[in-house]
Amino acid sequence: MNQGLLLAVNSIAMGGLLFLLASGFSLVFGLMRIPNLTHGSFFMLGGYLGISVLGKGPDTLSQVSLWLGVGGLPPDLAFWLAALLAAAALAVVGGAIERLLLRRLAGQELAQVLVTLGLSFIIADLCLMTWQGDPIPLSPPPTLRGSLPIGHVVFPIYRLATVLIAVAVAVALWLVLDRTRLGAMIRAGVDDPVMARVSGIRVSRLFTLVFALGAGLAGFAGVIGALILSVEPGLDTDMLPLALIVVILGGTGSLPGAFVGSFVVAFLENFGQAWRPEFAYFMLFLPMLLVLLLRPQGLFGRHAP
Amino acid sequence: MSLRLLAWSALALLGAVLPWIASDYYIDVASQVLIYAIFALGLNVLVGYAGLVSLGHAGIFGVAAYAAAWLVAAGFGHLPAALAALVAIVLVSALYALLSLRATGIGFLMITLAIGQILWGLAYRWIDVTGGDNGISVPSRPAPFGLSLMSAPSFYGFTVLVFLLAVLSMSGFVRSPFGASLKGTRDQPRRMTALGYNVWCIRFAAFLFSGFWSGVAGLLFCYDEQFVSPGMLTLGSSAEVLLMVIAGGSGTLAGPVVGAALVVIMKNVASAYIVRWNLVLGIIFVAIVMFMPEGLVPGSARLARWAYAEWQRRRRAPAALGSER
Amino acid sequence: MAFQVDRRTFLAGAAAATLPLAPAIAEDAGVRIGLLTVKTGPLAQGGIQMEQGIALFLKQRKSLLAGRKAELIVADTGGNPAGAKTKAQELIERDRVDVIVGPLAAFELLAITAYIAQSRVPLLSLAAADDMTQRKPNPFFCRASSTSSQCNHPLADYAAKEMKLKRMATISEDFAFGYEQAGGFQRVFEDEGGRIVKKLWPPLNTADYTPFLAQIEGVDGVWNGFAGSNPIRFNQQYAELGLKAKYPVCGGWTAYDDALLKSFGDEAVGAVSASWYSSDLDTPSNKAFVAGMVEDYGNIPGGYAAGTFINGMCIEAALEKTGGKTEDKAALMAALRAVALKDTPRGPFRFDHLGNVVGNVFIRKIERKGGKLVNTIVKTYADVSQFWTYDEKAYLAEPVYSRDYPPLKS
Repeated sequence: MNQGLLLAVNSIAMGGLLFLLASGFSLVFGLMRIPNLTHGSFFMLGGYLGISVLGKGPDTLSQVSLWLGVGGLPPDLAFWLAALLAAAALAVVGGAIERLLLRRLAGQELAQVLVTLGLSFIIADLCLMTWQGDPIPLSPPPTLRGSLPIGHVVFPIYRLATVLIAVAVAVALWLVLDRTRLGAMIRAGVDDPVMARVSGIRVSRLFTLVFALGAGLAGFAGVIGALILSVEPGLDTDMLPLALIVVILGGTGSLPGAFVGSFVVAFLENFGQAWRPEFAYFMLFLPMLLVLLLRPQGLFGRHAP
Repeated sequence: MSLRLLAWSALALLGAVLPWIASDYYIDVASQVLIYAIFALGLNVLVGYAGLVSLGHAGIFGVAAYAAAWLVAAGFGHLPAALAALVAIVLVSALYALLSLRATGIGFLMITLAIGQILWGLAYRWIDVTGGDNGISVPSRPAPFGLSLMSAPSFYGFTVLVFLLAVLSMSGFVRSPFGASLKGTRDQPRRMTALGYNVWCIRFAAFLFSGFWSGVAGLLFCYDEQFVSPGMLTLGSSAEVLLMVIAGGSGTLAGPVVGAALVVIMKNVASAYIVRWNLVLGIIFVAIVMFMPEGLVPGSARLARWAYAEWQRRRRAPAALGSER
Repeated sequence: MAFQVDRRTFLAGAAAATLPLAPAIAEDAGVRIGLLTVKTGPLAQGGIQMEQGIALFLKQRKSLLAGRKAELIVADTGGNPAGAKTKAQELIERDRVDVIVGPLAAFELLAITAYIAQSRVPLLSLAAADDMTQRKPNPFFCRASSTSSQCNHPLADYAAKEMKLKRMATISEDFAFGYEQAGGFQRVFEDEGGRIVKKLWPPLNTADYTPFLAQIEGVDGVWNGFAGSNPIRFNQQYAELGLKAKYPVCGGWTAYDDALLKSFGDEAVGAVSASWYSSDLDTPSNKAFVAGMVEDYGNIPGGYAAGTFINGMCIEAALEKTGGKTEDKAALMAALRAVALKDTPRGPFRFDHLGNVVGNVFIRKIERKGGKLVNTIVKTYADVSQFWTYDEKAYLAEPVYSRDYPPLKS
């Protein structure tokens, strides 16, 4: 009984993290029609940068922490600052990649995917060079420490907090998409890029913005994820497939789809690992395959990839 | 043309005398180059001639190796194990094709990726069958017609034979009407349908052909390493072989071979001198996709032709050049 | 900047450039020691210390062993069996090493054992795969650390007799080292009246142990066999989920290695473990070893560094017997196995006829002393053999410990 409860609570927490990871991936996929295979690398890089900003890394970048004076800040503030800085840095990286590389291959979707694949090799090796091979754990800021009793089990607070963060990000994204001009343009682009272009939207600038937004979200998720997963080489290829499953299940470009998909995947993963470990990954990827075959547009999406 | 012939003869000569001039270590690296060349040639059938980019071919590569390793470890002889592995290759390729050919482009890529990940997940976690992270050891290499392949030169010789077979079958395929119709489905699928071709059937057959050679490469890999592990089936492994095809030049015969040599040599030999070989590979890959999308082999040929023509032009009309500007 | 070319590879590169394909011909370059270790991934923490241990040994000997110059060549396997195979080939066929130290993990060792026997290069490993010195002995192998189960036999004895535990769960990585450690623990624990009620196997690269920890119920203690840097995450999550307050925890040597103490917090206090090495041991060579490690690397060393340091001592002792000669591999191997040392960082030890160590096993408990965590020795089992107290023939007649052996009694 306790076992099921604990697994369920943990699934919800992991679902929150997955949404942070997958929401940006979904927007990029929906708008630009390509799975950005660098997304897992953005997540990992975000985690590493956050660690460096907090001065926890083995690298010279940790000097940045001193330079920014993060060490002098209250630890809670420093943590959130690190997450935001990582997001901003990744947004810049993402924007640059779109502007300098993907833009030149406009319309050639396969070539774009291949470029993101090559970039993931490059980022993985740069991270290994900078932060070396040791897994680096990140301990939660003081307000998120400790555990909370839920029924007969206790559960760490920082994990529960990921759900709140995810909901906050979801609401913010929804407001942007639903209430702003930018959001309207994105929605138009996702629905019908040709019509959007004809109606005077500068689709190319939109691509840059959305790619930067997606990368920034991944970087932010990386810092939050570092609390749970610790950052290490290979984290990129661990996370990318999860983001893929979420978005294929939910449908590309759909925010509600990413939200629901995240929790479905988290539940499948947690209960799979516990109850049928030998088929844990099978059960994770089978739904993705089935959706691709039977409902390529996903549960909430409009387009097949 | 004669230059090309010269290059090929030099390579063939090097390949032929290698066992007598190189140490076991370099002979083994050469075997690995050939194995990955076969793998890349197999994938190239889809990527280059059918226009279908698969990111799940490591699944076929791995299933072949696991089938053989599992049967040998269970006490079967090498011959029945290899035959069963060949059957497994065809079956798993057919499964891939049935599922993935519902889509093209990104959809095809995603479906092959999903199947590849499922197979990797089974290899990684279905411990009772696959041993998981521990992998499966293969105590010996087969001895066809009583010839042991345990030494590096003899295994290299065997690999060269299989490689030549693969190249022969590929070049036959490219020139055949079937190869031509496959290229037709890549460039003009609607017109091909209108002309009465069954596009799906052509692609299905191409997938089997592609999967077959990818699987044969997996089988050779299992004999070479005498060990199989889930690392063979990862997404990274699928990406690596795709990198070979694209970097060398998809849709050509020499391209995938050159790509395989590039990656394997970077990984095994250059890695001792250049610690950041992964970074270099990534940069080369991105540069090729951006600036030489046809790949190294056709790209360099194009550059060479252009330079030659330019040289000829300048030689013929040195005076005219100045006045033009 | 992006290309780090260290001196060794640069020299090798220069050599390869002049003689591109010919076998490397060594003028008397001295004794070439290859180190197979792991510098990336979850096992890297231990792998890097392996390199430090042997580097410190060679430094203390000024790179002179039995009058010959010694050179260390390091290869990173990446912590997986396929990588171990490739790198072993590189060391033997390209670098022509005389002896290999490593690899780290049992599943790496199992992947290269056939190749090592075939190429006849003596291997001194930290990897604990039981059968290497039991049912499938390799004549070119010897091990001065321990088998996977060697320390867990006495630990189980301690858990049953002194901790008075009755029903336990085991949790360990899903690979050979985990199976053999858990198997050894289970066998002795159950022979002494205890009962293992659940065995959990998270994969090596598990980021979140919660799905596994959720299944621990109805026990009075938990044993774990984690390795590398995984113990840090495991103990943190074990405490966060409130399990530490309910079930006392014990583990193998890698789970609470002395080198991990600086990374642990309060969540590890009270944990009991068994190890063949302790940085607290009061012998002259251990004092010098610990002082050297602290000075050069700023770390209290654990078993990984001590293991390769001791391997260096074995190589030195063997070379002294062969007069510095390494060409006759069989003679070198015989000399290695005949090594019996009195003063080493782990205390006195010798090898049995299968090439495995017979030596002390320490039971330790983590305590907080003066703000720091320390592994206090609470009991020493002397002269522990890989067969514990069992008869060798009867022991070898049973299958090797595995995922399902001994089975759970339902």
